[in-house]
Amino acid sequence: MDVAEAVSSLGASSKLLWHGDENIHGVDSIVIPGGFAHGDYLRPGAIARFSPVMKAVTQFALEGGPVVGICNGFQVLTEAGLLPGALQKNRGLKFVCEPATLRVETTESILTNKAAAGGNLHIPINHFEGNYTCNKETLKELQEENRIVLRYVNNPNGSIDDIAGVCNNKRNVVGLMPHPERACNELLGSTDGQVLFQSLLAA
Amino acid sequence: MKFSILVEVQLLEGISDPAGATIERALPVLGYQGINDVSVGKTIRFTLEATDLSHAKELSEQICSSFLTNPVIEESTITIEEVS
Repeated sequence: MDVAEAVSSLGASSKLLWHGDENIHGVDSIVIPGGFAHGDYLRPGAIARFSPVMKAVTQFALEGGPVVGICNGFQVLTEAGLLPGALQKNRGLKFVCEPATLRVETTESILTNKAAAGGNLHIPINHFEGNYTCNKETLKELQEENRIVLRYVNNPNGSIDDIAGVCNNKRNVVGLMPHPERACNELLGSTDGQVLFQSLLAA
Repeated sequence: MKFSILVEVQLLEGISDPAGATIERALPVLGYQGINDVSVGKTIRFTLEATDLSHAKELSEQICSSFLTNPVIEESTITIEEVS
C-alpha cells in the first residue's frame, strides 16, 4: 500500500497484484514490497517465492521487465534465484529500525537511473534479516560487473561489502533492504526515496 | 511404506552466522573456556509414503534441495528410517 501511495504521489497509477493470482494483468513494472510473508518461517521469502503470481513475475523479469524487491521482496527475489546471494540475520542479532544513509553506486539500473552517482540517500531500514551475504565468486562478479546498486555508508547489519542493494546482470531486477516508499513524504523525514521511484517509472 | 525423515540444515562454511558467534561469545561469560566453532542450524522432521527406501531418499533429497535448504548459504544431511 505504501508503495502504491508513493507511486501515485508521483503521478503514476498502480495496481495491487494478489499473490494467489497467476496473472500480472499487463503491468509495466513490478514491485515486490516488504513485510513478513508466511511469518518468515523456514527462511524469509522461501515460501512466498512459490506463490502462484511468481511464475508470471519470473517470466516478466526474464523478458526484461523492471522488477524491484524491497526488504522481504528482496528476500523473495534471492530465494527465487532472480538475484544472487542471500539475506542472513543481522550481525548484532537485533531488529534494526532506523534511518540509514545509502550511497548510489551505479545509475545503471532501473531503480537508480535518475539518481546522482555517488550521491547519498536517506532511506529507513526495518529488518532483522538484512545481512546480505554471498560467496567470494559472486561478490567478485557483482563488483566487476558494477551490480552493487546501493551501499550503506554506516553498515547497520554486517552486510558483506556494505551492500544494501544489487541488480541482476541485465540490470532490470533490483533488490534492496531499505524502504524507499517510506521516504517519499516530508512528513516521514525524507523524500530521497522519490528519485528511486522516478527511475523505476522512467525505466 | 512409511518413512520418517530427519533433515539437519547447516550454514555453509564461510557464511556469516551471527547466532553461532553470539553463543560462542557468551560461553566464556558463563564460565566455559575453549569452546569454539559454534554454529546454529535447524532440524526439520516429517514422514512420507514411498515405494521403497530408494524412492524415499529421492523424494527427500528433492524436497530438501528445492525448498528446505537454500544452497547459496546452507547444506543439509538427511536421515531416513522406515516406520513400522
